[in-house]
Amino acid sequence: MSQPFRLAAGGLIDRGRPLSFRFEGRDYRGYAGDTLASALLANGVRLVGRSFKYHRPRGILGFGPEESNALMQLGTGARAAPNLRATEIRLHDGLEAKAVNCWPNVRFDVGGVNNLLSRFLAAGFYYKTFMWPHWHVYEGVIRRAAGLGKAPKAADPDRYENRFAHCDVLVVGSGPAGLAAARAAAGTGQRVILAEQDHVLGGRLRWDGGEIDGLAADRWADEAIAALGAMPNVRILPNTAVTGYFDHDALAMIEAVSGDDPAAPAQLPRYRQWQVRAGRVVLAAGAIERPLVFPGNDRPGVMLASAVRHYLARYGVRAGNRAVIFTNNDEAYRTAIAFHAAGGTVAAVVDTRADVDPAVAASVETLGIRLLRGASVVATRGAKALRDVAVRRADGGTLRLACDLLAMSGGSNPNVGLFSQSGGRLAFDEQLTAFRPAQSVQNERSVGAAAGLRTLDEALASGHAAGAGDGAAPRATDAHPAAEITACWRIDAPGKAFVDMQNDVSADDIGLAARESYRSVEHLKRYTTLGMASDQGKTSNVNALAIMAGLTGQGIAETGTTRFRFPFVPVALGAFAGRAHGELLRPLRRLALHDRHVALGAIMEDYGWLRPSAYPRAGETRFEAEQREARAVRDGVGIFDGSPLGKIEVRGPDAARLLDFIYASTMSTLKVGKVRYGLMLNELGVVIDDGVCARLGEDHFLVGASSAGADRIAAWLEEWLQCEFVDHDVLVAPVTTSWSVVTLTGPHARDLLAEAGASFPLGPEAFPHMSFQEGMVAGIEARVMRVSYTGETSYEINVPTGRTAELWDVLMRLGGRYGLTPIGIDAWNLLRLEKGYLHIGADTDGTTTPLNIGWDHVLRRKGDFVGKRSLMLALHRDPARLQFVGLRAEGTEPLPIGAHLVRGKGADRASDGFVTSSAYSPVFGRGVALALVHGGTGRIGETVALEHDGRRLTATIAQPTLYDPEGARLNG
Amino acid sequence: MRYSAWTVFRQGLGGQRGWKPAWRSPDPKPDYEVIIIGGGGHGLATAYYLAKTYGIRRVAVLEKGWIGGGNSGRNTTAIRSNYYYRASARMYEHSLKLYEGLSKELNYNVMFSQRGMISLAHSPHDVELAHRQAGAMRLNGVDADFLSPGEIARRVPILDMSPEARFPVFGGLLQKRAGTARHDAVVWGYARAADALGVDIIQNCEVTGFRRGADGAVIGVETSRGPIAATRIGVAVAGHSSRLAEMAGFRLPITSYALQAFVSEPLKPVLDTVILSPATGVYMSQSDKGGLVIGGGLDLYPSYAQRGNMPVIRNVLGAVAAQYPSLGRVRLLRQWAGIVDVVPDSSPIIGASPVPGLFLDCGWGTGGFKAIPVGGTMLAHQLATLTPHELAEPFSLERFTTGALIDEAAGSGIAH
Repeated sequence: MSQPFRLAAGGLIDRGRPLSFRFEGRDYRGYAGDTLASALLANGVRLVGRSFKYHRPRGILGFGPEESNALMQLGTGARAAPNLRATEIRLHDGLEAKAVNCWPNVRFDVGGVNNLLSRFLAAGFYYKTFMWPHWHVYEGVIRRAAGLGKAPKAADPDRYENRFAHCDVLVVGSGPAGLAAARAAAGTGQRVILAEQDHVLGGRLRWDGGEIDGLAADRWADEAIAALGAMPNVRILPNTAVTGYFDHDALAMIEAVSGDDPAAPAQLPRYRQWQVRAGRVVLAAGAIERPLVFPGNDRPGVMLASAVRHYLARYGVRAGNRAVIFTNNDEAYRTAIAFHAAGGTVAAVVDTRADVDPAVAASVETLGIRLLRGASVVATRGAKALRDVAVRRADGGTLRLACDLLAMSGGSNPNVGLFSQSGGRLAFDEQLTAFRPAQSVQNERSVGAAAGLRTLDEALASGHAAGAGDGAAPRATDAHPAAEITACWRIDAPGKAFVDMQNDVSADDIGLAARESYRSVEHLKRYTTLGMASDQGKTSNVNALAIMAGLTGQGIAETGTTRFRFPFVPVALGAFAGRAHGELLRPLRRLALHDRHVALGAIMEDYGWLRPSAYPRAGETRFEAEQREARAVRDGVGIFDGSPLGKIEVRGPDAARLLDFIYASTMSTLKVGKVRYGLMLNELGVVIDDGVCARLGEDHFLVGASSAGADRIAAWLEEWLQCEFVDHDVLVAPVTTSWSVVTLTGPHARDLLAEAGASFPLGPEAFPHMSFQEGMVAGIEARVMRVSYTGETSYEINVPTGRTAELWDVLMRLGGRYGLTPIGIDAWNLLRLEKGYLHIGADTDGTTTPLNIGWDHVLRRKGDFVGKRSLMLALHRDPARLQFVGLRAEGTEPLPIGAHLVRGKGADRASDGFVTSSAYSPVFGRGVALALVHGGTGRIGETVALEHDGRRLTATIAQPTLYDPEGARLNG
Repeated sequence: MRYSAWTVFRQGLGGQRGWKPAWRSPDPKPDYEVIIIGGGGHGLATAYYLAKTYGIRRVAVLEKGWIGGGNSGRNTTAIRSNYYYRASARMYEHSLKLYEGLSKELNYNVMFSQRGMISLAHSPHDVELAHRQAGAMRLNGVDADFLSPGEIARRVPILDMSPEARFPVFGGLLQKRAGTARHDAVVWGYARAADALGVDIIQNCEVTGFRRGADGAVIGVETSRGPIAATRIGVAVAGHSSRLAEMAGFRLPITSYALQAFVSEPLKPVLDTVILSPATGVYMSQSDKGGLVIGGGLDLYPSYAQRGNMPVIRNVLGAVAAQYPSLGRVRLLRQWAGIVDVVPDSSPIIGASPVPGLFLDCGWGTGGFKAIPVGGTMLAHQLATLTPHELAEPFSLERFTTGALIDEAAGSGIAH
């Protein structure tokens, strides 16, 4: 199939590798090296998209991330990608694309009816209507009409990566200034990263002519790139857009790796997101041309003049046969010359300026191109492609020029987005008619066109200087002089002149916003949606604020810009996740005994660690397993993996002093070898954790934290130590994962432990409840604590994590004759509930103080501790405060957790407390529950009403401690 | 001029030439009955209710930049009243009810869209908490429904509901009447309505100090546009409250942090509700324009810079891609940040300050947008009557002395 607009030669494409692709249901051909945009232009496809609001026909405007019109739905099924710009899509064989937001197709779009109604649909019209009867009546239709592309329905099958890098110099952009900077910096041995958003390096050197150090610009670029590529201290990243400039010279970049090419090797990620910490940054991101604002400037066939040159040189594509060039500056003359040289007809150069530099004028007039000075394009015609333009001459007369391409240039805006993100301040440069970097905050320097420099020579010199290298800067030996420009922000003529093409914001909309008081640039943006489209206003913002400045009479500098935001180009959400998918989203923690639990049929659930909830046998429900396991503990012996329990060693001469302050209980009076239970509070007096503390030596404690609190409490101790008690001679070492905990609990626990072999006496006198022994268990070094959460005789055996399985296996092998039963979290919770022990985080929340849970005695404690002052407040001692009690339901059914006790009637109904823990107790043969109840301890025996999910229940308030109140089993 | 379908039609025929300014741009007068510092939603709503409810029209709203440029224009637009404690529930429910009638009240379409909000429960323990929360909400007179996993799958088909999901879904708590509104429209609607009642909205007017009388009471402010006198001054400046307090010579228990928000490129509808995953802290809705509006955690260092950094960005957006696996190819369009005024109990501070004549509406943290109508109502009442609004009583600065904190996050485990 022919490509009618492809030149016979030229362009950085591989004509030996033709590719087929499909756009809007039609088949086309292009070449390797094409973008979808260049291939569409080569095939003469003009109509490539529809605008957001009016569904106006649109063609390709630019050639890079500034493109506002050619938005594509790429691919199908799970690999569909919405809203990609045709100018950034690398062509691959079999590529399928559709324009977004049009139905049934881009050529005939039902939504085009909006264009007929557009006179009623001015900026912000929706704020003034759709209120009666209410917004919901209209919202559904509007939601369906809005939006651009479609998200895939299936999970994204592709891979993404995150990488981190450091460098001395990060160079953003590989045009003349960027290459000069990279060479200069790399030559002195600095580690350089050179990032280029395009798949070809060289930037403007590839399409805008010139001669450097006697070489044609693109030859010089080839040599510079080859030289850099050979240096070990340089990393060159094509297809990599720098998207963000954060604090402390940290930058984000997005590298398009696979290019969505199905032929790409499967191991390649789709995108790789980089985070780079740079010693310094050279911003050589170039400039983006501005459209001119005139009626009909959005018709397919109206393009940026720079884009026309770009497609000619980069892809050998002439974007039309007969062109009109419309400009307010010298640079667009190069487009006329290039287009002419490529065999196209230039119908005229229409220049808004009455005075054009004679040499510049001669450059086109000598080619026989007509130059209209002081003239403007005031209208365009053509249903779905440009047919002709109307030109108002300097003398006021009008003429029509037939053409299929209008190349426009309103000047250029330096790419200041990253500079602005870095916190730098911009200034408006009247000579340049654009904002340029003025004052840096971080360690970056803007160079070349990004700094507002207008010539190749200046670009090379500024880049070289920023690279801080040795020797002389490369010199442009034959290049264009600085292009002169006279500002022209809007052509005064009737008709819709678009400023933001994608969002259909016209110059008249800006006038409307000004009339209605939305004059601040931010109000203008938000009211009209200008600059909020997927191009983020790259071609529209400066035009818009200049037009607004003209309307308000303020200067452009005073009017200012809106904030430039991360990311410079849109980034797929998948790239932020990288490999952090599924289990790796928040990496799951597995126990040393994980495989053994699984082999025993455990239900493993995430409690911060993946832990066994229950070990149901064949045919057993989870509830039945829980009941059986709990009974086994009461009757024989259970084995429980308590490894996630927090373990923090606190050591040093001031260890006891620190702990006295941290705990609501006194720890300094604890004898060596003894264990004490304690609560930890925050400054508000709220219980943040509980656990046992063992004194291993005079200056050595082992602080136990709850599983959920392990990391938090270690950090808490460090914070106090580092911020408040800098004079304390104490070390805090979290050892949670170094030691695993296997707990034996039940009347036969001691027998089993003895059989496994312990190097210390086990009897209740030598090793009583709440004490500690260090020695050997089953030949493994162990720290053993006699503490109990079940109400039964228990031994918490801590062994080095690497030997946990060994211990487990010994105990499991020997335990058979005692009916040793593995216990899951469900049964564990049931057992402590029967005993009336509270579980921090279940029975307490972030407002519970010791005075809510029966620890009133802490108020009598001498000395200060964290939270004490707050507990003195009258409010915490209010007799009507929430208090920890048991609840006894009617019947045997357990109460639902979360159910509220209800007091009052009608509108005065209020919560009187709530159920915090509840389960069916096999020991008592009925439900047992714990609750926080207002004034609860004074209401023992009272019958109360509860509600849960619409159900009404009754229960009686009871003492919490239920099982073995004398503690005979515990101490036995 | 009144906004309606008819005026839109007529102005369309007339080339949109006849629209009047939504508000004037007056120069500051030498004195006012009441000055409100901060032209965000709260400040403008305060001015509106002062003029409308109490007939006090000599009111100036002083805005250092452009109205709505702070958190009013930087939030994720969610409106809800799914609170645990009665004091909070009554206040936020009052606000939600005002939102329900706000478009008509202001004659400005704020696009309040009650498509509901779902807070997910990711574990059996979360389910218990959700039930406790739902019970409290119902007792507080707020609608609450517990959703089964099946109902959630039906309402939010893009959510990964598989048992293998890193954070599996065991259910969720729905508030049907919650939703979103167009944040800028709320600001502009209040501004237009306040202006119509005679309030002076003065932009680009930064307060640089307070004038005090011999008794210590405020008698006016110094501004970048000269001194302005008033004996009643309201402060509604969110993240900058502590700076204003410093000017007035007192301290507030506020830490200012940057909270980032994100919007994707516009998509055809994929999400019809507001959804929150407590496990990752990520909440998301889809705007009428089609962008997914996403929020997550704070950048946990004190800051007045309206920007954030990559660790939080990756955490939040990575979680979206992981929890909504079909959104991996959807692209982030824009990120921004607001400065939130976080109080130890994450509840607002409303009412008297230590300086006579100076009144506060601050401490809303990450949740101020939904409270704009009630914040304005309460501060207007305080400024007009010099007594706290009944709803505001529990939220006085005093509570940091008495200890009567209202800590929703701690009480319910559900993010503020």
